[in-house]
Amino acid sequence: MEPLLKMRQIKIEGMTDEKWNPIIKGIDLTLARGEVLGLIGESGAGKSTLGIASMAYTRQGCRISSGSIIFDGEELFGADRNILRKIRGNRIAYVAQSAAASFNPAYRLIQQYSEAPVIHGVMSADKATREAKDIYKRLLLPDPDNIGYRYPHQVSGGQLQRAMVAMAMACRPDLIVFDEPTTALDVTTQIEVLAAIKQIVKQFNTAAIYITHDLAVVAQIADRIMVLRHGKLVEENNARKMIADPKEDYTRRLLSVRTMKEGKDLLKSEKDIILEVNNVTASYTRKTNVLEDIDLKIRRGRTMALVGESGSGKSTLARVITGLLPLSKGQVVYNGKELPPKLKSRNKETLRQIQMIYQMPDTALNPKQKVSKIIGRPMEYYFGIKGKEQEKKVIELLEKIELSEKYYGRYPDELSGGEKQRICIAKALAAKPELIICDEVTSALDQLVAEEILKLLQDLQNETNISYLFITHDLATVKAISDEIVVMLHGRIVEQGTRQEILTPPHHEYTELLLSSVPEMDPDWLDRLLDDRKAKGKISTMIDA
Amino acid sequence: MRFVKLLRQSPWSARIGICIVLINVFAAVFAPVICRYGETELVNDVWMSPSDDNLLGTDHMGRDMFTRLVYGARNTIAIAMVTTFLAFFVGSMMGFFAAILGGWTDLILSRLIDILMAFPTLIFALVVLSVVGTGTGPLIAVISLIAATRVYRLSRAVAMDIEVMEFVEGARLRGEKIWWLMWHEILPNALPPLVAEFGLRFCFVFLFIASLSFLGLGIQPPIADWGGMVRENSGAITFGIMTPLFPAAAIAFLTIGVNLIVDWFLHISSGLKD
Repeated sequence: MEPLLKMRQIKIEGMTDEKWNPIIKGIDLTLARGEVLGLIGESGAGKSTLGIASMAYTRQGCRISSGSIIFDGEELFGADRNILRKIRGNRIAYVAQSAAASFNPAYRLIQQYSEAPVIHGVMSADKATREAKDIYKRLLLPDPDNIGYRYPHQVSGGQLQRAMVAMAMACRPDLIVFDEPTTALDVTTQIEVLAAIKQIVKQFNTAAIYITHDLAVVAQIADRIMVLRHGKLVEENNARKMIADPKEDYTRRLLSVRTMKEGKDLLKSEKDIILEVNNVTASYTRKTNVLEDIDLKIRRGRTMALVGESGSGKSTLARVITGLLPLSKGQVVYNGKELPPKLKSRNKETLRQIQMIYQMPDTALNPKQKVSKIIGRPMEYYFGIKGKEQEKKVIELLEKIELSEKYYGRYPDELSGGEKQRICIAKALAAKPELIICDEVTSALDQLVAEEILKLLQDLQNETNISYLFITHDLATVKAISDEIVVMLHGRIVEQGTRQEILTPPHHEYTELLLSSVPEMDPDWLDRLLDDRKAKGKISTMIDA
Repeated sequence: MRFVKLLRQSPWSARIGICIVLINVFAAVFAPVICRYGETELVNDVWMSPSDDNLLGTDHMGRDMFTRLVYGARNTIAIAMVTTFLAFFVGSMMGFFAAILGGWTDLILSRLIDILMAFPTLIFALVVLSVVGTGTGPLIAVISLIAATRVYRLSRAVAMDIEVMEFVEGARLRGEKIWWLMWHEILPNALPPLVAEFGLRFCFVFLFIASLSFLGLGIQPPIADWGGMVRENSGAITFGIMTPLFPAAAIAFLTIGVNLIVDWFLHISSGLKD
């Protein structure tokens, strides 16, 4: 049978530095009707570019320079704009990564749903509205008859993403391109969306291109997987075969389970507490408490992981510890002394000892300051190191974080994501702190880069006996780096203990939910999990409680 | 060196702008050398047409128009420059201050500025100038106060966006004082919109001085300034004499020139390639 989509020798170029540089270097892609193809690779691999090229579209500043895109027997490359317009949104649909940024906040969900079918003349607005409710129901959205009349900000992130999948289904397309649809979601929400996508694609026998950087996610949904790197195909195979027997070294590295931290002796450090949080309650508005009765102890030279989903209050706790948000009850004790709740009343020495690293290195580095100033300033501010000596120390630090001297005079936008995060680490280290609060430091990075960062942090800890408070929603990171784990939900601590205690059953109900929601490298994992949960009658509505 | 390279890559529009401004600056600096007559020297009959003796003719009192235009550049541009710089210094400092400190400081400053902005600018200037008296000092003070309110609004809004960024939070956590936050964290990032505003504001100030001069409250005669020259000679229009068009054209000319440069600068600093 003739395949639905046949892309041959696709070459795509992007405009950088006034020149056309290749992004995709000649890739073939074939997709049969009803087949789901996973495209994976790290950022910059060209997976999104290739994905949207299936509708002969490129982002601004890019162009398809050669190749052929045959969709259902029709050549799209170089086709007339009117022909393309009839196909896009009608026969090929697109689901973007951030639903929140893709919906128009001024219109109700259902209005936006019916836009495409009405424009393409597929059905009347009335019929579209009726069908929307049916699709909402199939996607397991709560209250499908009425949810469409809400505005985008009135539904949760996972629901919004599903509403967007519904929108893509509106014209019953032959092909849907999913561009990292679950990357911005919590693990428990990710499952809902994954399950919904899997189900609806099967029901309507729609072909799909599923773009992601997470091999475990794509394993659940794809029939076939293509691994891309630097705009070239690394490996292509049936999903099950690839997971079971990867041919290429790069694929194997993506597949490999993250290195486990060697167990540190926790008994010895039991009495050596660097930071203590006692019965802390805090709020932004005085009406509702974001944190309630938080109690934890961080040991010197050890790592405590703070796990929870977005909105659980874990970042707020970091703000309380640093003094950005004054607590309303309780106390924070550092090295046996109570810290003043307000940032302004803390002295330079205390400020120096607790440093922070943020999630987004892009916003954590001043774009108008060179690396030399970013790292040099804390040295100057805390220790009065200036001039030549500062330059020497900055370069020493750069070497410590495995970057060379040549980064000294660069601006942040001349660095990659991983390099920027390294600079953030160096900026924190420049103050010679005893405790570093790491707020989701790896979630904006690619898997392999993230692993390198974690390893660097680990090495630094072994070398300088620094303590980390590691805030994250990613349980794989937790497993890789923590000595102790604290699980938070709705501003309260659900469970805490050593890594051993938390990760071995029996678990607390919520910890169980979190742990079981982490995708595994097993194509049957999602189905098994859903059956399992159905059998137990326990649905992930617990987080909505 | 970097500037030379930038200049070489500049688009033609920017080059025109640079030429216009350079011509004006040259005229302002070398006025006594360029001109054959003195600034207030009576040389001929009134409202003469352009001739070899008087390149652009003469004004309503028989002074050489070309000489007046050149000296006018000197007075008008200098005062407008000083005023705009002052307005930007005061306005942006207060704006950053309000954005960083927030709370009561922000509230009080902003409401005060609102009150100032509630008065129509021309009436406000008229009232103040007629109470304090006319003169270059009060003129600069009043106009920069009025311009500063607009600059305050803009810089506060821009700084508030930057202030929530994590690198500013990081600097706060380090214990940095407000001056560091203002100069090193916020100002460099707020520069592009402020520069754009500077070009625009400079033109407004320039026109404002011209209109005040037109009303007789700006730069006082016999000192030459373009706005005043339009006013003094406006009667000539009814007789079909083109004399008042020369200073008016000069105002338009400089305004366009400054804006061409500002557009170019914005283009570079915002990092837009095309």
